[in-house]
Amino acid sequence: MTQMTVNDAISAALAEEMRRDPSVLIFGEGVATKRRDLLGEFGPARVRNTPLAEGIIAGTAAGAAATGLRPVIDLLFAPFLCYAMDEIVNSAGKLRYISGGQFKFPMVVLAMTGAGWGVGAQHNHNIESWFVHSPGLKVAMPSTPADFKGLLKAAIRDDNPVLIFADIALGYSAGEVPDDIDAIPLGQAALRRTGDDVTLVSYAKTVGTCLAAADRLAEAGISADVLDLRSLKPLDEDAILRSVAKTGRLVVVHEASRLCGVGAEVAALVAEKAFASLRAPVLRLTGPDAPAPASFPLEQAFVPHADAVVAAVQSLVHGALAA
Amino acid sequence: MTALPPVEALERMMLERMMLIRAYEETLVDLHGRGRAAGTCTAIGQEASAVGVVAALTPDDLILTNHRSAGHLLARGADPGRMLAEVQGKSGGYCGGKSGSLHISARELGVVLTSTIVGGELALATGVGLSRSMQGGPGIVVCFFGDGAACEGRFHESLNLAAVWNLPILYVCENNQWQAFVHRKETMTADGVADHAAAYGIDSAVVDGNDPLAVFEAAAAAVAAIRRTGKPFLLEAMTYRLRGHFEPDDQSYVDPGELARWRERDPVILLRGRLERDGLLDASAAARMEEQVRAQMEAAAAFAEASPYPAPEELTRDVYA
Ligand SMILES: Cc1ncc(C[n+]2csc(CCOP(=O)(O)OP(=O)(O)O)c2C)c(N)n1
Ligand SMILES: [Mg+2]
Repeated sequence: MTQMTVNDAISAALAEEMRRDPSVLIFGEGVATKRRDLLGEFGPARVRNTPLAEGIIAGTAAGAAATGLRPVIDLLFAPFLCYAMDEIVNSAGKLRYISGGQFKFPMVVLAMTGAGWGVGAQHNHNIESWFVHSPGLKVAMPSTPADFKGLLKAAIRDDNPVLIFADIALGYSAGEVPDDIDAIPLGQAALRRTGDDVTLVSYAKTVGTCLAAADRLAEAGISADVLDLRSLKPLDEDAILRSVAKTGRLVVVHEASRLCGVGAEVAALVAEKAFASLRAPVLRLTGPDAPAPASFPLEQAFVPHADAVVAAVQSLVHGALAA
Repeated sequence: MTALPPVEALERMMLERMMLIRAYEETLVDLHGRGRAAGTCTAIGQEASAVGVVAALTPDDLILTNHRSAGHLLARGADPGRMLAEVQGKSGGYCGGKSGSLHISARELGVVLTSTIVGGELALATGVGLSRSMQGGPGIVVCFFGDGAACEGRFHESLNLAAVWNLPILYVCENNQWQAFVHRKETMTADGVADHAAAYGIDSAVVDGNDPLAVFEAAAAAVAAIRRTGKPFLLEAMTYRLRGHFEPDDQSYVDPGELARWRERDPVILLRGRLERDGLLDASAAARMEEQVRAQMEAAAAFAEASPYPAPEELTRDVYA
């Protein structure tokens, strides 16, 4: 075991995959400046700074991926992906299908997002569900350094475009990473805590919120399954259904806004396939339909907190919504 | 370096290809008119720029193109039957019927990542160029795009990155004066786009896009420069879209004088007339060529007609690798 931050885990995964496969390269605005170790080991052809032009960065990655390279691109903050949307969605996501399977796009897009740093709405916007809704793409949003390392390794080896969103607040958080950790397959949720009374489904930073809520619920005699989705597409439907079949109650927690968010999909999945197991309505705790504010108290109000999760679960088990 | 064919043979070959492209597009127009094919963008009037550029390439070179791609594909040796089948959404098409007319790729011919997002091909070309330069193999990348695409920001982003990273890309702007239903004069202050190249430190040339030999010579010089230096080059072919943007299109918005002037410069008629006048092609040989092309198109249409539609399972196949 080694203690490392999410940022270090990302660098470690990049270094190992670049060592393993000479076709892996990384580029983006400041990549070669910030990841000096990679630049030193792999040289300027495989670790490149780029012009400030997200569209051409993503298009270049797609073109390179289709012709034999395995690019990783760092687009910095999630809202900047709006400039790269066409290349990610229309090119990398669709040209395999359009061409009848003539091309594949083994590329990884990295971007940061999330509240806690007061950077405001043009740096903080949890847009992961936009990409879940686009065919041909995979999306992961891990919560621990070990998962960042393992999922990034899997994403680099995957023959499809994979977007990995990193919550800014997690970037400097440290955790144990097994020294021999290998690729963690995309599409497998992780059960972080087990319980019988309620299922808390989450991903990224709010997994920690759910774990804190579960601690407090335990003191009140309520035990919770905390399921960390890790990967949003493919989605581990079996893990969700298995847990809800056991607990009969579901609360989905994420920072992205509610309407057509990942939580809506999870709730609909359970309504379609596990309706008979439900003992109470499904609840979602999410960010509001508002741009993320910079002001610290407003930004905190934007994010679902453990208090709210505890209250929601209490209402399902003992309160107004209890069966 | 491969030896170039003598000019006469080259010109006859180019005429034949141009006739095939013209016949292919006319077949498509006819199929569309009879309700047998969806609407499509034809490249009638632009055959010379496609054939001239592609004649300057070797099989190792890769081509990216856009919605108006029939000329590029056929110049590269595409089978018109498989192209028609693609346009008709049949399983025998180059993309199994999933592309239709707007984004036909044919990897086996080196025609890759065709995109109908205007400017999309420009954003992908840098990546293909990066692969080429990092993998160190032979072959350069050719990216065809329109004057309209040069109004997209991606044109500038692409040129800049190709220049900064020394990518072996021949950018070919087919300036056909029209950008769907908007005249080029309404969207740019200059008559063309080649001047932008200098700002990025890229060499450029402008050529009469309706003269295939002139296009070939300009492209061959550009390709040679790219092979020598590894740096990008921008070639602008001045030409004209003789039919509408997308079938059906009555061109009622086009100035009749402009259209008439360019009809007089129809590249197929010009080349055929010159070869006949210079005694390089007698009337019976030209007629034979025409006959051959017609027979080829009849066989192509029959192939496409006979090709089955894709099986229902194809709906969700090849979404993921
Ligand atoms: C991003 C985008 N905007 C608009 C369109 C619709 N459209 C298709 S072709 C075209 C005209 C393109 O003009 P130009 O680049 O000059 O190419 P041409 O059609 O003349 O060959 C337009 C507007 C599109 N396909 N993609
Ligand atoms: Mg045009």
